[in-house]
Amino acid sequence: MSTSQAASPYGYRYIGTHRRTKEDPRFVTGRGRYAADIALPHLKHVALVASPHASARILSVNTEAARALPGVHYVLTGEEFCVATDSQPIGVDAPKVTRWALAHDRVRYAGEWVAAVVADSRALAEDAAELIEVEYEPLPHVTDPEQAMEDGSPLVHPAHGSNVILHRDFVWGPVEDEFAKAEHQISFRAIWNRNATVPIETFAVAAQWNPATEILDIWASIQMPKYPDQTARALRLPGNAVRVHYDVDVGGSYGVKRGLKHTVLVGYLAKRLGLPVRLIEDRLENMRGGDMHGPDRVFDMTAAFDGDGTIRALKIRAVDNVGAYAGRAPFQLGKPVSAICGAYRIGAIAYEPVSVLTNKTPQEAVRGFGQSPTNFALERTMDRVARFLNMDRIALRRKNLIRKDEFPYTIPSGSTYDSGDYHTVLDKALAAVDYPALVRRRDEARRVGLLAGIGISTCLEPSGGNSAFEPLLNPKNETTTWMDSCLVRIDLSGAITGIMGTSSSGQGHETLVSTVVGEILERDPAQIRVIHADSLNALPSNSPVGSRMAIMLGGAAAGAARQIKDTLVAIAAHNFECAKEDLEYRDGNVSLKGVPEKILRWDQLVEIAHRKFHQLPPNLEPGLQAKFVWEVPTGGGLPTPDGRIHIYPCYAFETHIVYVEIDPETAAPSIKQYVCGHDCGVMINPDIVHGMTYGGIAHGIGAALYEQFTYDHNGQLTSGTFMDYLIPSALEVPPISIVDHCTPSPLTTFGQKGSGEAGYLGAPAAVANAVNDALAPLGVEVNTLPISHLAIWETLSNAT
Amino acid sequence: MSEALYSIVVDINGTRHVSHVTARTSLVDWLREHLHLTGTHIGCEHGICGACSVMLDGEPVRSCLMYAVQADGHRITTVEGLQRPDGSLSVLQDSFCETHALQCGYCTPGMLIAAQALLDATPRPTEAEIRDAIGGNLCRCTGYQQIVDAIALAARRMAEGAT
Amino acid sequence: MKSPPFEYARAASIEQACELLSQHGDAAKIIAGGQSLVPMMAFRLLRPSWLIDINEIAALKSVALETDAVRMGACTRQCVVSRDEALAARVPLLRQALAFVGHTQTRNRGTIGGSLVHADPSAELPLVAQILEARLALRAKSGTRTLPASAFFAGPMMTNVHADECLEEIHWPVWRERKTGSAFTEISRRHGDFAIAAAAAQIAVDDDGHCTRVTFGVGGAARTPIAFPELAQSLVGQRMDQAKARAVAQEAAAALEPDSDIHASIAYRRHLAGVLVTRALQQAYDAARSVQ
Repeated sequence: MSTSQAASPYGYRYIGTHRRTKEDPRFVTGRGRYAADIALPHLKHVALVASPHASARILSVNTEAARALPGVHYVLTGEEFCVATDSQPIGVDAPKVTRWALAHDRVRYAGEWVAAVVADSRALAEDAAELIEVEYEPLPHVTDPEQAMEDGSPLVHPAHGSNVILHRDFVWGPVEDEFAKAEHQISFRAIWNRNATVPIETFAVAAQWNPATEILDIWASIQMPKYPDQTARALRLPGNAVRVHYDVDVGGSYGVKRGLKHTVLVGYLAKRLGLPVRLIEDRLENMRGGDMHGPDRVFDMTAAFDGDGTIRALKIRAVDNVGAYAGRAPFQLGKPVSAICGAYRIGAIAYEPVSVLTNKTPQEAVRGFGQSPTNFALERTMDRVARFLNMDRIALRRKNLIRKDEFPYTIPSGSTYDSGDYHTVLDKALAAVDYPALVRRRDEARRVGLLAGIGISTCLEPSGGNSAFEPLLNPKNETTTWMDSCLVRIDLSGAITGIMGTSSSGQGHETLVSTVVGEILERDPAQIRVIHADSLNALPSNSPVGSRMAIMLGGAAAGAARQIKDTLVAIAAHNFECAKEDLEYRDGNVSLKGVPEKILRWDQLVEIAHRKFHQLPPNLEPGLQAKFVWEVPTGGGLPTPDGRIHIYPCYAFETHIVYVEIDPETAAPSIKQYVCGHDCGVMINPDIVHGMTYGGIAHGIGAALYEQFTYDHNGQLTSGTFMDYLIPSALEVPPISIVDHCTPSPLTTFGQKGSGEAGYLGAPAAVANAVNDALAPLGVEVNTLPISHLAIWETLSNAT
Repeated sequence: MSEALYSIVVDINGTRHVSHVTARTSLVDWLREHLHLTGTHIGCEHGICGACSVMLDGEPVRSCLMYAVQADGHRITTVEGLQRPDGSLSVLQDSFCETHALQCGYCTPGMLIAAQALLDATPRPTEAEIRDAIGGNLCRCTGYQQIVDAIALAARRMAEGAT
Repeated sequence: MKSPPFEYARAASIEQACELLSQHGDAAKIIAGGQSLVPMMAFRLLRPSWLIDINEIAALKSVALETDAVRMGACTRQCVVSRDEALAARVPLLRQALAFVGHTQTRNRGTIGGSLVHADPSAELPLVAQILEARLALRAKSGTRTLPASAFFAGPMMTNVHADECLEEIHWPVWRERKTGSAFTEISRRHGDFAIAAAAAQIAVDDDGHCTRVTFGVGGAARTPIAFPELAQSLVGQRMDQAKARAVAQEAAAALEPDSDIHASIAYRRHLAGVLVTRALQQAYDAARSVQ
């Protein structure tokens, strides 16, 4: 880590340099403004009553005692709520799978909300919630997805007719041909158990209805596209009756904070009661009933390959247990189609995604949107092929990794990888870790009786958020617009402000925009202010999802800044009565080439724009502002009839090298060394990119070794607190080294690729491979995450 | 049934506060809701995540596991009290900005409290001591690397005379 | 997760605390460090009508170093015990165990007595109390009585403390043998978590390396922490080696009836108990031998 002001490695003035972020100062002084911090006069508080049963009929709800408690304003049940509001949308084609924040008639998972109490304080609301008597008739439940697919299984949504809400069979390329020609094949099962990115801040939302203006104001800890629209729709309000304040700080999201059900609930209550209402999930509500679990997936992998290590084809079946309801979560089986063969040259893939309803908590989008589990399955496949052939795992990867001269490279499912140099990044990482020394370290550890293993992963992070998997998985859904925007304005004083139209949850968007605008306008980013619009005055945005903001918001900020720069040059050209080609723009000032004293400075140009209409070129609007709204590069297409489509535009690459030691007697694993080679093209702010990569790796270590939403045979979540859902601390996450490489994207403004999911997409695979390398001398393996102490011990026990 | 109110006097960041609270009001809820010191955050309310860490008489504790009534007569330091008297950032806060030791900022106040207490007691901590000191503060954004870097940087700067 | 309502009294003395306990009986609970109690209140698993706060009673925080014992007030903070060198010299197992207890924040507020009264079978301090045969002094309005650790712990989260009693003091036996060594070892999923299994041992040896006094036990693998006095006694007079330690450890592990949960199976816990006892015995023995 360096504190010096080193020059940008890419030759820019600001982009790529070490710069302090604009966001950090408010957080280190405790001046963040999170949803729970917002004071509203007469604010009331919500507590929930949750179902104890995984599946049951609701026979009666007695709220009398609760309503009688002093300080209680209202008790809402599904009977009223499900009639007064509309069901939440589901992305796949399953219209009978309806969903509300409160259950009505039936509960479908333990933790589902049945009633909401509104009271003067959260404590009183909880007191009242305890007095609500719900009579249930328990019904048979199912939590295993393969059982849920069998005939005779209890149906989570009987009206839908089965528990399968998505089942596709894709065949891209000559799969059977390649299998027939291949010298070898292997099959195995890899399991990614249910976990999520679990932010430290739970979901919080406050709403206030103003009957005079007929606006519902919302402050929420939100990271979700189309949030105001879907809220309005469910509440049967026009879109412009909902104002979401995007300037609320969000305490981490990593995909999951799509609290639509919380918002419709609180919005309804605020409107019904004429009082501002707030729900802050407590941790118990969040873990069981917040509907923010992640992929819960069983992969059946079959690889066809030759003796020299060439992978000819893959067959992938992915069964995902989406829980009792489904919003967009089933699409997490679709996004990995964007990189279904990983970083490898594999010419034929068969992919069978199945999304299954069970009586578990519903899933929501999690960082990577299904790519990390898929990378885990792919990387385990590579290691198993290497083992089968008795081939070095790195050599096998080298052979199959797409070469830098093959880009742009179109994969069988239709996406084109924009650029990359995977071999160089791998080499850099191997050098950084001093791979031969690491092998010696491992071998020495083995010699003294430890189990020791090195794990490698070479994975892709698709970025840019072209969610073309939506029409791919649901032909009735013809959404092809994935856009973002920025408005840049220079005020009368010459100060620059950038306006972004969505919320942020730690990604440093304000720094991103100010750096980009400063770079284009050649003005100091530290003086550029970036604010968040609200949903009524925001330009279109599809939110920070799919590692898209560096590309999309960065590109929009650059586009708007360029327009401003052009305007400044045009003003000078008009006033100097020359062509714009005769002019030179430097640091915000414009002068005649070769005649430096003939110059209009920033302040003068600003003044002309704002106050001296008589000096403004004709056809230029007064003031100095520009908006830029654009569609994702390569977006706008619909899938071919045989299911091929270009999904994300840009592909970042990461390679992880992990060294693990396991005490053979206690089965306790310990990560001793961690190096990540990362190429996301041009990094606009390296500290921000590194930070998210370290954080992604920590998330990945959690998924690999510690975190699981476990269920018992009664369908009860048994890891619903932080005592049992184990988030890694600074003592579990090792020191991490990142080594950077830059293969710019040809599709973006500065060559940047997205990196919001970096680290997470390759870490679980590498850690799993390291543990397996440690167990390999004993002839056993483990292909189920998380790899707990118990799992290692039971695997070791099978070795003897 | 209305709850009894208890009178408490607590020093918060050097200022004496008199308040009347119900017994069950947690220290963190009192700080946030009654005193509007919203810098201290709630993450779990069962004593694991550390986001609610404040100093009680100079030592970090979890304010979700104390009732406000228990703080009567004691001295509390929150993140709002870590700045220098002139309002500028402390060496530690500034170091957090230098290494980008935060992203969403939610765990940050608790981290700063734990880290400041470490530096107060151990001016030249080893990396192991740093990780141990923040071992009770969970972060989901940073992977801890830049936080460890920031604390080490602050220690170095203070050893060189920064205050 | 807000606590249910209760009334609060800050006791100025142990007598006052006991007076309040006798008035309110089962409806009252003592609050010390709160690290175990308050989460239970937040989960609404406990709903006492009264909380009697003993944190401000100075007499409960005093630590007296006597020849044969350390007399420790029940409200002594865990961090104070960790830092006390004189204490560590007399009852080294306390500092060794505390290294595994929670995190800094936990130990800054948590008390020694609180952990013992909470009696989580996977907690570290109850195991130390069990194998050292600590004596726990309980005070009630009606008088005082002292229980040995073996009679104090009754089951998971259960003790034989009466509803009107408050733990006042813990007497930690000090071993006078010059060559005494101890060890505490534990396996948990993450640092600071409750143990999946733990083992602790304290051994005194003579100048030829024969054990003259042995105690050891297992935590997290039974309804209470378990000491093995007969097995420990069987090591007296012998030199320790790996094989002997393992044999004793296997016998101890075989006698256990551990539980299973999402973190460990019965078999794994039993296995860990055997491994950890072996290590604890060996490490304690080596530490004893290395005393000059």
